[in-house]
Amino acid sequence: MEHKCDRCEKPAQVHEVRIKNGKKQEIHLCPECAAAEGYGSTGGPMAQQFAKAIPVPPQSQKRRSTSCPTCGLSIAKFRHHGVLGCPNCYQAFEKHLEPLIARAQGGASHHSGHIPERQEGHMDRQLQRSKLLKQLNEAIAAEQYERAAEIRDSLQGLGGSMLGGEE
Amino acid sequence: MVGPLDKDSWLGASGKDWDIVLSSRVRLARNVAGVPFVGMASDPDRNEVVGMVRRIPMFAGHDADLMWLEMENMGDRDRRMLVERHLISHQFADATFPRGVAISKDERLSVMVNEEDHLRIQTLAPGLALREAFQRVSEVRDEFESSIEFAFSPRWGFLTACPTNVGCGIRFSVMLHLPALRITEELGRVRQAAKDLDLAVRGYHGEGSESIGDFFQISNQITLGTSEEELLEEFLGSVVPQLVEYERHARSVLQEKKRMMLEDFVHRAHGTLLSARLLGIDEAIKLLSRLRIGRALGVVDSPDLAVIHRLLLNVQPAHLCALSGTTMEENDDSLSARAEMVRSALG
Ligand SMILES: [Zn+2]
Ligand SMILES: [Zn+2]
Repeated sequence: MEHKCDRCEKPAQVHEVRIKNGKKQEIHLCPECAAAEGYGSTGGPMAQQFAKAIPVPPQSQKRRSTSCPTCGLSIAKFRHHGVLGCPNCYQAFEKHLEPLIARAQGGASHHSGHIPERQEGHMDRQLQRSKLLKQLNEAIAAEQYERAAEIRDSLQGLGGSMLGGEE
Repeated sequence: MVGPLDKDSWLGASGKDWDIVLSSRVRLARNVAGVPFVGMASDPDRNEVVGMVRRIPMFAGHDADLMWLEMENMGDRDRRMLVERHLISHQFADATFPRGVAISKDERLSVMVNEEDHLRIQTLAPGLALREAFQRVSEVRDEFESSIEFAFSPRWGFLTACPTNVGCGIRFSVMLHLPALRITEELGRVRQAAKDLDLAVRGYHGEGSESIGDFFQISNQITLGTSEEELLEEFLGSVVPQLVEYERHARSVLQEKKRMMLEDFVHRAHGTLLSARLLGIDEAIKLLSRLRIGRALGVVDSPDLAVIHRLLLNVQPAHLCALSGTTMEENDDSLSARAEMVRSALG
């Protein structure tokens, strides 16, 4: 039987079974989404091994649907109009938006401009976390596993929900 | 009703590189946290956003310098006039849901509420004055930030309805007049530079419009991964000077090597504007564009550039309609009224 990608609708080529909290979990990804998740075929078996050890962010497990849970916009409708429905669409469609934004923004993937004042306080940790996550992906891609392990430790030190997975 | 243009408006002929840069614009896109974007929002949501803006002291009507206009209460012609003055977009003029715009007396500041994003804050200035326009837009932004929480993510920055505007949600633009590059058939250099530097090139009336009269609106497309200041410095420090230099070089070639050709098309344009009895919109703008370069290069020594700028605005359908009582359609009446207006302004 042919599986569709968990993140988008394309045919899956990367398949994996994980045991998490005593439950079997199947993962099917198309090559693009697999690369975005760190299952890069260029990374070699070591990188894949390491990637398996990295907990998957909770939102990518829960959001299998192709509609935004907040406003109800479907990915098909977004593709047609090119306009999102609400701020939460950015989370709901993150995997679809990543390549699209990267293409429009000369490869950029993280904000580094003005931060609204009232958000600065609780933003620090989140910002630090998203920076570390980016460094982690880069370290894995470069097969720098010692560095990756260090970054992962700092991430775990920060706590919070972005790492998720390990209740 | 929309009144006549203020004498201090951004359409004045002044500022740095005024002969090539007509105006500078900075625009910020912002959305209110926790409210669906405008396209997906309900009318109560949209009214709520209007209400939030109007509760900010600056927009509550206490500031004599700012005028608030409800779009639903405006006639078609007045909405068109605001589009022609670059204070609102076509899309915003044509929408049918609750929306409004705040406009400063000098028309250098306008805030569209419920365009594609909840807020589109824009500042305009004559000539090359992006730093001043950025300064003003930042002040207005801070005013908003002290009372409204914007949709923001640490990764993507300011969240916009169109995902290609995320990050700073900022657009720096200049309106350039590039007739010499057209005549010397070197506009390809501008297109190439735009491609290399990730710039958007639009016509006189923004998105999708033609570059009538060789007026081009150039703006940055990159909004993510770099700060507002860095974007400004790059745009102001290298992008615009490069394009201005292309046009300056083409103008000097015209003056030194093709002087007769330059004088010929400027005087022909002037002559037609002074004697035509029927003038279509495209023709009027094309001729005024030629008169403008002629005036900038000293081929003719009148009228003032400010007069040409005012005509560039007043020959447009809604302004013509307001000034001479014709309809907004292009017909013999409006063509004749336009020709008469031009003759009396230049005569
Ligand atoms: Zn996929
Ligand atoms: Zn949504």
